[in-house]
Amino acid sequence: MAEKFDLNEREVWDGNYAASQALRQADVDVVVAYPITPSTPIVENYGAYVGNGYINGEFVMVESEHAAMSGCIGASAAGGRVSTATSSQGFALMVEVLYQASGMRLPIVLNVVNRALAAPLNVRGDHADMYLGRDSGWIQFGAFNAQEAYDLALCAFKVAEDHRVRLPVMVHQDGFITSHTAQNVYPLSDEVAYNFVGDIVPVDDMLDFSRPVTYGAQTEEDWHFEHKAKQHKALMDSREVIDEVFAEFEKISGRKYNRVETYDMEDAEVALVGLGTTVETARVAAKELRKEKGIKAGVVAIRCFRPFPLDEVRDALEGVKSIAVTDRSSPGGAMGAFYNEVAAAMATSKSRPMVTNYIYGLGGRDLSIENCKEIFQDQKANADAGHITTDIQQFTGLRGPKLGFFKTARG
Amino acid sequence: MAITSIKNLKEFSTNNDRFEGAHTLCPGCAHSMIVRELMNCTDDNLVIASNTGCLEVSTAVYPFTSWDTSWIHIGFENAATAVTAAQVMHKVRKKKGNLKDNDAPVKFVAFGGDGSTFDIGFQWLSGAMERQHDFTYICLDNENYANTGGQRSSATPVGATTSTSVAGTHSYGKKEKKKDIVAIMAAHGSPYVAQLAPNKWKSMAKGFQKALETEGPCFINTVSPCCTEWKFDPKDTVGLADLATDSLMFPIYEIVNGHELNILYRPKNPIPVEEYMAAQGRYKHLFKPEYRHIIDQVQADVDKTWEMLQRREEARI
Repeated sequence: MAEKFDLNEREVWDGNYAASQALRQADVDVVVAYPITPSTPIVENYGAYVGNGYINGEFVMVESEHAAMSGCIGASAAGGRVSTATSSQGFALMVEVLYQASGMRLPIVLNVVNRALAAPLNVRGDHADMYLGRDSGWIQFGAFNAQEAYDLALCAFKVAEDHRVRLPVMVHQDGFITSHTAQNVYPLSDEVAYNFVGDIVPVDDMLDFSRPVTYGAQTEEDWHFEHKAKQHKALMDSREVIDEVFAEFEKISGRKYNRVETYDMEDAEVALVGLGTTVETARVAAKELRKEKGIKAGVVAIRCFRPFPLDEVRDALEGVKSIAVTDRSSPGGAMGAFYNEVAAAMATSKSRPMVTNYIYGLGGRDLSIENCKEIFQDQKANADAGHITTDIQQFTGLRGPKLGFFKTARG
Repeated sequence: MAITSIKNLKEFSTNNDRFEGAHTLCPGCAHSMIVRELMNCTDDNLVIASNTGCLEVSTAVYPFTSWDTSWIHIGFENAATAVTAAQVMHKVRKKKGNLKDNDAPVKFVAFGGDGSTFDIGFQWLSGAMERQHDFTYICLDNENYANTGGQRSSATPVGATTSTSVAGTHSYGKKEKKKDIVAIMAAHGSPYVAQLAPNKWKSMAKGFQKALETEGPCFINTVSPCCTEWKFDPKDTVGLADLATDSLMFPIYEIVNGHELNILYRPKNPIPVEEYMAAQGRYKHLFKPEYRHIIDQVQADVDKTWEMLQRREEARI
């Protein structure tokens, strides 16, 4: 039996510590990891829980992130509960194996503390690594603060291991802003948390020798397409399970999660769509603008980046006049990746609102409330003019001459 | 562990067989002989991982599998990591008592070709050896990237022509010496490393059994003559292995606990490497007068290695 870990009703945890407590409470059997800033404390803490008898699992420190995810795959195929954490370059090194994990339908939970990709080398937060995983076939949850990093990690195990899903899940949090900022967190008791997650019931268990299994077979043009289509369908079908798990989590915690979160959207004329800690900043900006200038501003946030909630995004933004989609990643010669997804959703809407793109916060550059207000005011100007009054893609919080790209043919 | 004592080949061939004959390896490929020797030398449950390579692509093409035991393939480089993490999971689940058969003995084995072992998977193998997991890694060494059409690997010997070390008017083929993988693995502090050959099947079975029995990370390099890329008649595979061991191009030996070296096969009259080379198309060009010195150089290297192995065996250090 594991040692009892004393918890207060309210703890002061940073995002990393919160995620590691979720791993302890879920009684994760094996963590295979390689440390990288800013996610390192998550796996260090798990190792410390093992070292002090708070958990009966095993902590395996390997020689690279590629090996970390490879080990997670081997351990997960051997039928137990598996998790790890990474960031940035480590995430990039894992990418090959991320596709293998989802292709083999293994319910691994990966805590991703988002950080910029080099060059130039940068340890601070942006979403370049999150975007790198967007086609990997994983479910991707976004936490906006430490509480959510904890809550969503618990939900992640339950979704991943559900036999209707059997897919790996990433839980994203912003490097440093969430991972290293101590905040109030209300943990569940160990018992309530574990009962919520439940025992893992393995499928195709490599350690059940009464029924030998082959993992990682080859398929060429005769079967590959069917396998990948089935995998995509499983990912799309997970939406229902995610909703169920979020509803169940609300019952035990009082905290309600949705695949798309909306704030002040009931009567919104302009909206900002964001991910991560940006959401909280934008919410403050929207509230202040409503008071100061009477601008009907709202915020739409993506809780579940994959499977992408296209229908819910469209419905949340239907009727809004001008929308700003914020991308915390270098767009690499195109519109921001997130912009493209939201714009695609709005192309299916009745109202066909104007959709603009703001690149911001690369390498941990702060996005202020003032920056968000400027973005909202641009949208208000668009709404009043009836057409996009700026370049479609702009850069916010950037030094030097103003950068903007792409024009609209409307208006 | 239930070790079966195997007296003759007939008995061996009818032993417990968890590797099906139906696979798509080339006729004459030694890989399947080596894999069957491993799987027939123990009655314990086996979790096998394979790196990408000839063995992997020929034994698990959906909807078929040749493996009548747990088997996993992830990528080119990470079989050692996958199988050792599965071994850690086994340890945890055994402790928690939630395995289907909690007391059944299980062995963990990874297979890789020389490409994945010497080159692309070298780091993953080194890491798994350093972490002291209880597993056995078996390299199927056919001295080239046979699965992708015969490119050089760092196991390719001096003088061999491959599609990326092409012999021609200005080149005698591969110029760099083969990496001494056995010594490198022994240097990891492994309790048991060996180099074995399928023609010496008794010592191979015994070496495999020793590795499976030994707690900790064990490594075995096996000679796997490749008729397709070494260019010889598929019926001559075992004969080629005989030439390899009798010419001492592939000395058969083990190193226990990093210092106790035992030579497991001592040819009474070693044959010249020239004879071994003459039996393969990949060395054909060396028999032109301008490349004669390469054969002499290889012979000198083989002699030196044999001398070193004998001295180390005697010295026990």
